[in-house]
Order: sequence, then C-alpha cells, then structure tokens
Amino acid sequence: MDSMTLIAIASIITAGLTIALGSIGPALGEGRAVAIALSSLAQQPDAATTITRTLFVGLAMIESIAIYCFVVSMILIFANPFWSHVIAPAVGK
Amino acid sequence: MRLSPDALIFWQHGFLKLNGTIVFTWALMLVLVVGSKLITRKLRSDLKPARWQCLLEIVVAGIKTQIEDVGLHDPRKYMGFIGTLFLFVALASLCTIIPGYEPPTASLSTTAALALCVLVAAPFFGIQEQGLSDYLKSYAEPTAMMLPFNIISELSRTLALAVRLFGNMMSGTMIIAILLTITPFIFPIAMSVLGLLTGMVQAYIFSILAAVYIAAATREDKQEAESTQDIKT
Repeated sequence: MDSMTLIAIASIITAGLTIALGSIGPALGEGRAVAIALSSLAQQPDAATTITRTLFVGLAMIESIAIYCFVVSMILIFANPFWSHVIAPAVGK
Repeated sequence: MRLSPDALIFWQHGFLKLNGTIVFTWALMLVLVVGSKLITRKLRSDLKPARWQCLLEIVVAGIKTQIEDVGLHDPRKYMGFIGTLFLFVALASLCTIIPGYEPPTASLSTTAALALCVLVAAPFFGIQEQGLSDYLKSYAEPTAMMLPFNIISELSRTLALAVRLFGNMMSGTMIIAILLTITPFIFPIAMSVLGLLTGMVQAYIFSILAAVYIAAATREDKQEAESTQDIKT
C-alpha cells in the first residue's frame, strides 16, 4: 500500500470516528442540562427568563465541544494538508 | 464544495483578492449603516412613532435589558460594542434566505476577527472601570500561582468564541450543500430553517458571552456583592 492510499484510508476512518465519538458526550450532557432546567422551571416558574437564558448559554458551551469535533472532521475531509501534499505531484503542480 | 466563502473569488489582481467574505461583510455593513441612518432621520418621541422606529426601539431596548441582566449596570457604555456584535452576527445569518448569499461568519477569518475584538475589549473596559493596576492585580487572584492559568483562560475562551461561531455557521451551509446533492426537494428547506434558528441563537450567545467577559473584567459582579454586604451590615 503506497502512502497515498494509506493517508486516504486513515483520513476517512478518523473523520468518521471523530464525529461519531465526539457527539456522544455533548449529547448526553445537553440532555441532562435540559432535564434539570425543565425540573427547575417546574419548581420556580417565575424565574423562567433567567433559567431559559442560562440554559441556552450552557447549551452553547456544551455544543461547542461537538463543534470542535465537527471542524476536525471537516478539515480531514475537505482541507486535509497531508492529502494535498501527497496528491500535488499527481495533479501536476 | 467550498469550505468557506473565502474560496469564492470575485476579482483578483496579484495578491489582492476580493473574495466572498469581504464582499458579503461590506454588503452587511452597508445595509446596517444605511438602514439605521434612514430610520433615525426623523426621530419622534410622541405617542405615535413611525413603524421602523418602533422596530429599532424594540431591538435596542431588548439588548439594553439583556446587558443589564448580565450584571453591567450602565448598559449605555457597552451597548455600542455588544449591540453591534449581536446585530452583525444576527443579520449575517438572517440573510441566508437570500439566494446566492453565504454568511461571512462561515469563514474563520471573520469569526477570529470578532473574537479578537472581544479579547481586546474586555481588558479595555476593565482598565477603564478599575484602573490599570487594579485590573492587572485581578489576574493574580485568588493566588499568584493562578496567573498563567488566568492568562491561558483568556486566550482559550477567545479561541472558543471564534471556533464556536465558525463551526455553527459553516456546518449550516455545508449540510445544506450536501443535502442539495442527495435529496434536493424538502430536506434542504428544513435544514435552512434549522440554520436560521441556530444562527440567531449563536448571535445571542456570542454577544452574551462578550457581555459576561466584560462584566468579569470590570468586576461589576464583585462590586455589587460588596455594596449589598455593606447595606446588610
């Protein structure tokens, strides 16, 4: 197997694994956060605006972990430096 | 398939490039500035203001309330900066309805620039409120050993701001592009709606986080706690 095939295989598998494993944690965390926010809303309905705002800010922070994994996965597929380096002689630069 | 509007080049001369990010950013700036100028030409404070003035008043009052809720007690000082952040990011994601438009915040350059503005603004407002020596002393709290960690946390939350906004916007446009090649009828529209929702939420998150960092830098939360303690004792 030459280096071109090896880099392609490694990039594809890693991209898939990154986004697959990287979304498990944030999804579980967000589920917990929303569940606790809902129960505290049920306990104190007049603090609804504060709870909702804090919930959204917290969800965005948790979501950014999944976004980091997504960005790494996209870089591996679309802006992969190893792939462009190894494909450059074939393209004829 | 483009990763960002940076690759969409309208005009090139040597190393000067006019790419999609620059064109769309300047178009948004034009819309915001010219729109506000036109609406605020004849401001009326009687009981029947014009319709567009009502819209602007709702937006400005809403931003002012949010800044106050974060803990900054004089929102007029910060409303220019935080309001501009919110309006720019919100308009950038709202205009994805227009065909042929790509949000400039889907490029890491734009989001990095906005995050750098927040990185500079937090110490700027902090020094304006507290004075230089008090602000620099706050980096060594609670002990002097925390100094490198506080500096690292400043840099990492700036990076997080940039990558969060970039990732959300880029994933929205990329999902629509991918779905257009697979099932081009209903699902791209559903993903467009989801992209609008996440765009608005990310605009709100970006400006609220900027306000929280500025509040932490100006120690408004600590000052408020001390003043209520004085009243109690």
